Amino acid sequence: MNAIVANGTYKVFGKRPEQAVARLRAGATRDDLRKEGSTAAVIDASFDVRAGEIFVVMGLSGSGKSTLIRMVNGLLEPTAGELLVHGNDIAKMNAEQLRRIRRDNVSMVFQHFALFPHRTVGENAAYGLQIQGLPKDEQWRRALAALRMVGLQGWEDSIPNQLSGGMRQRVGLARALATGTDILLMDEAFSALDPLIKREMQDQLAGLQHKLGKTILFITHDLNEAMRLGDRIAMMRDGRIVQIGTPEQILNDPANDYVAKFVLDVDKTKVLTAAAVMAPPILAKEDAVRVGQDARLADLLGISAAHPEALAVVDQDQRVVGALDRVTLLEALAR
Amino acid sequence: MTTQPLDVQLLDLQPLELVPRIELGAVVESAFNWLKTNFDAFFDALARVIGVPTDGLIELLQAPPPVVMVLIFALIGLLLRGWKFALGALFGLLLIVSMDQWEAAMETLALVVVASVIAIVIGIPVGIWAARVRAASTAVRPLMDLMQTMPALVWLVPVVTLFSIGVVPGVVATIIFALPPGVRLTELGIRNVDPEIVEAANAFGAKPRQTLFGVQLPLALPTIMAGINQVIMLALSMAVIAGLVGAAGLGGQVTAALATLNLGLGFEAGISVVILAIFLDRLTMAIGQGRANPGLLSLVFRRRTDPSKPLVTAGAEEPAAGIERAHDMNHPEPTQISTSTMERTS
Repeated sequence: MNAIVANGTYKVFGKRPEQAVARLRAGATRDDLRKEGSTAAVIDASFDVRAGEIFVVMGLSGSGKSTLIRMVNGLLEPTAGELLVHGNDIAKMNAEQLRRIRRDNVSMVFQHFALFPHRTVGENAAYGLQIQGLPKDEQWRRALAALRMVGLQGWEDSIPNQLSGGMRQRVGLARALATGTDILLMDEAFSALDPLIKREMQDQLAGLQHKLGKTILFITHDLNEAMRLGDRIAMMRDGRIVQIGTPEQILNDPANDYVAKFVLDVDKTKVLTAAAVMAPPILAKEDAVRVGQDARLADLLGISAAHPEALAVVDQDQRVVGALDRVTLLEALAR
Repeated sequence: MTTQPLDVQLLDLQPLELVPRIELGAVVESAFNWLKTNFDAFFDALARVIGVPTDGLIELLQAPPPVVMVLIFALIGLLLRGWKFALGALFGLLLIVSMDQWEAAMETLALVVVASVIAIVIGIPVGIWAARVRAASTAVRPLMDLMQTMPALVWLVPVVTLFSIGVVPGVVATIIFALPPGVRLTELGIRNVDPEIVEAANAFGAKPRQTLFGVQLPLALPTIMAGINQVIMLALSMAVIAGLVGAAGLGGQVTAALATLNLGLGFEAGISVVILAIFLDRLTMAIGQGRANPGLLSLVFRRRTDPSKPLVTAGAEEPAAGIERAHDMNHPEPTQISTSTMERTS
């Protein structure tokens, strides 16, 4: 079941947007439209986000990714095309229906946190529940639970300005998680954080996702982040989605030069797994060192250096599914 | 091109034929006369709505002995701001009593309070409206310019036409003159709220009303309070000018001093205005600063805890490992805007 489906979705800002969409469909470029005074932010976007996956939209600033994410909860209305959330078209909803979707189905985490500075951490976490109209004690109970989930128990009476950046974004995450919505939109959620804190937050999100199984639409301009977090990645450029695939597909088979150039900067050893590069199991001896098939190459290089023989790659049931010898590893890195 | 200075000659001789005289003054005058004759009952009713509470407030303020009133004001200062301010208020207000200006000062205070309350009750909703509807903002702005920059004395003429003389035209002219900052700073305050925070409220499904009362107004409050402070200050300055139309109070004293060239009386009335102004300014500033001020009242509020929230004992619940304690306090506060009035802190 797909949680979010975009089908030829367009968003154009400026005068006579419908006409601009017609021009785009007829082959006009983004630059053509800009000369005429309208901005094509998202052009013919089609993708689907499966329930329970982390779907990353990766693009540089101006690629239209922020506009795309804002259409999913109706903060921006699509100019043309379909955008289905749980099968219901966002573009056809009235204001009240959109509010209901935002209250009950889709919550959001913001780049600059967007916490309410006049409310305590606990009150911030409870905001969505207050809007949902839950009783006070229920609001507070669930807000505290969400704060505990992100590791902020005991901070509920602080105000956001007393917190560091990383902690503030944890509050932003708790505010979104507390609502209990199954879809989470994360708009460059970790981009404003220091590298170390960012890393920590990514790990925390991955851990939470493992437990909660939300559907997450994650926006970033950082391909390394996209590769770390994403089950699948959509690469955006100039308003268009140029490739959708798993991190490994994008790494090994970039759709065009643009994507290929991006991939150059990615540390492959942190993306590629043993399963993605392994050779047939025949190479592995009976007493070979065993490594998990989901292990990243970065973690395997040291092991391989210490053991001249090929490593045995095993699945969850400890069955040998492949082998990794030094040649295979080097070839994978050289690609 | 002719070289003869014909144009100059024409201008000198017959300017009226080049630019026709527009009888704007006469139009306005007849409009006001028409208003007066056709809506006399309405203006009478309005006069009573304004006059009755003003007279009542004057009586109330003058009822206790002056020294008792001074002590009450000093106590209010102590509650809202602190003992230093209370002490200053005590001496300042006693000086007004000793100069024999107390009754006049209380009349002026009543006029200022009634005019300010009405100006705020009108100004804040208009400001909210202007912040939310761009067309409203465009329409309101020139009106505010007119009200604010028209020389204060000019307002007295139409107001006297409609309400004759006394305290009521004084209050009405004061409302007109004092209204604009209430509208403007309310609009500014709401517009300056971080758009991402407003977006966050919308993203969680808040209705426009919930966003306004739950997010925009609370965050705009410091700016709105600065506006209210300005309303009160302008009301005080206009209330003195209103003495010219028989509004009594310190304005009446100043007018009398002017008519008789009585320097001593003029100075005493003037100083009383200054003391009243400083007292009102600092008091409203203290209210605007809310939690941050050191008054007794805020200490009481600070101790009050919400019974629904469990108290956290210090150090008992440390956050999970890897969470850094608050250290980047210099992160810019996104919503505070500072106006010149807000920077005065003591």
